[in-house]
Amino acid sequence: MAKIKGDILVNVERCKGCEVCITACPSSTIAMSKEVNGKGYHFAMKVNDECTGCMNCAIVCPDGVITVFRGKIE
Amino acid sequence: MEEPFVKTQIRKDENIVYKRTSLLVDRPLSYCPGCGHGVVHRMLMETLEEMGIQDKTIGVSPVGCSVLAYDFMNIDMIGAAHGRAPALATAIKRLWPDKFVFTYQGDGDLAAIGTAETIHACNRGENFTIIFINNGIYGMTGGQMAPTTLPGMRSSTSPYGRNVLTMGHPLKITELIANLPGVNYVTRQAVHTPNHVRKTKKAIRKALEQQKENKGIAFIEVVSNCNSGWKMTPVQSNKWMEENMFPFYPLGDIKVDGKLVQSSEVAK
Ligand SMILES: Cc1ncc(C[n+]2csc(CCOP(=O)(O)OP(=O)(O)O)c2C)c(N)n1
Ligand code: SF4
Ligand code: SF4
Ligand code: SF4
Ligand SMILES: [Mg+2]
Repeated sequence: MAKIKGDILVNVERCKGCEVCITACPSSTIAMSKEVNGKGYHFAMKVNDECTGCMNCAIVCPDGVITVFRGKIE
Repeated sequence: MEEPFVKTQIRKDENIVYKRTSLLVDRPLSYCPGCGHGVVHRMLMETLEEMGIQDKTIGVSPVGCSVLAYDFMNIDMIGAAHGRAPALATAIKRLWPDKFVFTYQGDGDLAAIGTAETIHACNRGENFTIIFINNGIYGMTGGQMAPTTLPGMRSSTSPYGRNVLTMGHPLKITELIANLPGVNYVTRQAVHTPNHVRKTKKAIRKALEQQKENKGIAFIEVVSNCNSGWKMTPVQSNKWMEENMFPFYPLGDIKVDGKLVQSSEVAK
């Protein structure tokens, strides 16, 4: 059966590692990377498959670096 | 870098439900990680985009961390001398009454050096929107005490906490302004959770819409964090803000359609 799922894409080089998105995610989908980006910040990354595309993370992200997708998967 | 959970099936352009508005210039914001300024910038630009008024809007940026707002907001902007944004906005709106005009100001800018300009523009009932970022501190210059600094709150010029006996009381300038007859809409919001961000955006929309009807000043305070000045992590600062700033600066509408609401809170 088709199911609605979400996905996020983080602009890694623009992320400042503030972790505000982690607090906002109801499905614990985001955690900080072990690596750092070019500016030296740990960046937000997806760590599970539970994203619903609710947009919470993207809305609170101070740097507006998250794009959110929502769609059907078979 | 490999991401463990990439869902390429969904990650397609036609499935995008949220992305950064193109009215924010495509460059990194100059703010510290987690600073609320960035969220307010984005909500403001999203609102202009949704109303389709980006070509009819002129913004006035302040002195403070958001001094470079004109570098980030892809609309017509002008920078004011410290605290003088409401005076400049007065001139702009009177010359171009059909433009949408806003000022974007911090608490040091609006409630310290610019108090006179703010109060008189409000009292004259000028027809523009004021967006006031209250982080209880002078963020840009190194975290000095502001008029809005809470009693007992530490800053670089009140290292043992603000002592109201010697340093005076925090100024609730928003409540003061709400009492002026030239002011039509006053609200206090925040941007640290998705719900608060959505409410702030609605308030911005309401404020801009009322410029079409010449109703006087619309004033939006956003209680925000300054994690660098407060010397906390962004997440800690948001929690501290909820526990300490919100009881003193309660969120919600203070004046709607020229009428005071929430008067019990205002009196506190
Ligand atoms: C005439 C003048 N006086 C003082 C300063 C120094 N100054 C720069 S920013 C600032 C305070 C800004 O604080 P606020 O408005 O709260 O903005 P924030 O950085 O906290 O967002 C001061 C005092 C200045 N630039 N110009
Ligand atoms: S869209 Fe919602 S569920 Fe998905 S990562 Fe962001 S906050 Fe979590
Ligand atoms: S809120 Fe934005 S900047 Fe902060 S960690 Fe998450 S993605 Fe990065
Ligand atoms: S100093 Fe404070 S107000 Fe300025 S950018 Fe940093 S966190 Fe934001
Ligand atoms: Mg400030």
